[in-house]
Amino acid sequence: MDDWVITAENLTKVYKMGEVEVHALRGVSLKIKRGEVVAIMGPSGSGKSTMMNILGCLDRPTDGEYVLDGEVVQSLNDDQLADIRNRKVGFVFQSFNLLSRQTSLANVELPLRYAGMTSGRKDRARASLEAVGLGDRMLHRPTELSGGQQQRVAIARALVNDPAIIMADEPTGNLDSKVGQEIMELLLGLNRDKGTTLILVTHDPKIGAQAQRTIRLIDGLVEDGA
Amino acid sequence: MNLWQSILEALESLAANKMRSGLTILGIVIGVAAVIAMLAVGTGAQDTITGSISGIGTNLLFVFRGGDDSIRNPKPLTLGDADAIADPFQAPSVEAVAPVLDGSATISYGGETARATIDGVTPAYFSVRNYSVVEGDYITEEHILGRASVALVGPELADTLFGRHDGITGETIRIEGQPFRVIGVLESKGGGMMGSQDNVVLVPFSTAQTRLLRRSTQDRVDVIFVQAVSADLVSQAADEIADILRARHRTPIGADDFTVFSQEDFVQTAETITGVLTIFLGGIAGISLLVGGIGIMNIMLVSVTERTREIGLRKALGARKRDILIQFLTESSLLSMIGGLVGILVGWGIATLVEVIAANSGTPFATSIGLDAVLLATLFSAAVGLFFGIYPANRAASLEPVEALRYE
Repeated sequence: MDDWVITAENLTKVYKMGEVEVHALRGVSLKIKRGEVVAIMGPSGSGKSTMMNILGCLDRPTDGEYVLDGEVVQSLNDDQLADIRNRKVGFVFQSFNLLSRQTSLANVELPLRYAGMTSGRKDRARASLEAVGLGDRMLHRPTELSGGQQQRVAIARALVNDPAIIMADEPTGNLDSKVGQEIMELLLGLNRDKGTTLILVTHDPKIGAQAQRTIRLIDGLVEDGA
Repeated sequence: MNLWQSILEALESLAANKMRSGLTILGIVIGVAAVIAMLAVGTGAQDTITGSISGIGTNLLFVFRGGDDSIRNPKPLTLGDADAIADPFQAPSVEAVAPVLDGSATISYGGETARATIDGVTPAYFSVRNYSVVEGDYITEEHILGRASVALVGPELADTLFGRHDGITGETIRIEGQPFRVIGVLESKGGGMMGSQDNVVLVPFSTAQTRLLRRSTQDRVDVIFVQAVSADLVSQAADEIADILRARHRTPIGADDFTVFSQEDFVQTAETITGVLTIFLGGIAGISLLVGGIGIMNIMLVSVTERTREIGLRKALGARKRDILIQFLTESSLLSMIGGLVGILVGWGIATLVEVIAANSGTPFATSIGLDAVLLATLFSAAVGLFFGIYPANRAASLEPVEALRYE
């Protein structure tokens, strides 16, 4: 039997914009294996951001069932969702989203603090930064780092809690192609070495091509790949 | 997240906007300093006034002419009244009686002239009023009988006339142009309710009566000071005095043409007045603290809006509602507590300044900052920070992570 880290059944998401109902997802079912590299692709408006928000537990589906690493997510309250995000999901954003006043180390430590960890935080954060090749930039602030280095800090932050999935939303979107490729190689390397499931949300076919599988969304429905 | 970490982080984010945080803190500093200074000055005023009333004498009663406004043509108090009150058979609770003629006069020595309070007194006056001399002698029965031209001067008056307040016994001063020999100098009593108690000259009662403070009625007395045997007997003494004077003045009950005040009445009246004044001043100062609190709320709301993305990120990383709430509440409480601490120091500085100014202008005045005022200000400013921080913090904590992350 396959080890599914994500199983989603018939997910729908409806936004109410005043009088109008917007159906961002109209019944999406998909499964992702542990250790898999999956790209979620689609043109803008296809529902891929909504998909990412739901898979990353930032949002709840209007209907449908979503199980992440054995946890049934759709019925959890806000604080329980926060806890799931903290333990099971690592986010990598297009615009890095680092706290600009904090050092790399403090940025990477942040998820551990929200996990309620009191001792050994610094050691784990250091190990995580070393894993992304920033062992010598621990006490630099984001403004003192290049874009590629900032994204590496963000990846170290995503890894530090040893999550079930890494959710990367256009991780190379703000980087030039050379640095972008380095970041991709880092992410894929982490997947190879640690077996962390990697979900890439992108509209860039070059990025999508590096995944083992591509799930294509159009108009809130899976076109193929699920 | 532990508390220390939250405080450090809050300090960092406050330090990121130094000007803004500083101005917000200033609002609280002004509020707290105003409250502290007002309470200090108020309590100081109360202590000074009650202290100077107590300094007048002990177990003291004051008898004045005139009752309430409805009494027409009140009879003046006379020496006869004073003698009757001094009679131990009629008034067993009375220890001593000192009738006084009270006025003001121009006093000169050499080229210097001054205006001062002049009191015609009897020997009993000194014990009743708790007066003593730093040099020379008291006014005696012989001075009274002989209508002697002798005077005791207060230290302030001595300074004005002689430029010093010792070694002047035996000098001759002129009161309203008449020569008087100085027989002593009074000790300093400090400021009183009715001006300085040190700018005074005391002469024998009979001398004042015949030569300086002539009254239309014979034997007239302006005030009678009465000392009760003990503190417990003050009110009983007041009753005895009232009975005697009612009988002598033939007034119907309830229509007294005199007033008996005890020192305690004065102290209580003064305490009530200064108490109201302190609350009033403190209340006005409290309003500025409130305004400071609104400043905190304003700045925290701005901060929440500015940091919407940061809040979204923190939530994505696993921050719960409570974590965000604590983060912003810590910031607002720190603003108000720093403001509170600095405010206490500034308030203390203002109080000290008031003291110095008062001392330099000749009315020594000790302000007092009680522990209660400090506690009140600290608690109140912390409460202000929490109260005005809750709304912005709650707003931050309730942000939806998806929308907060998308915020530009």
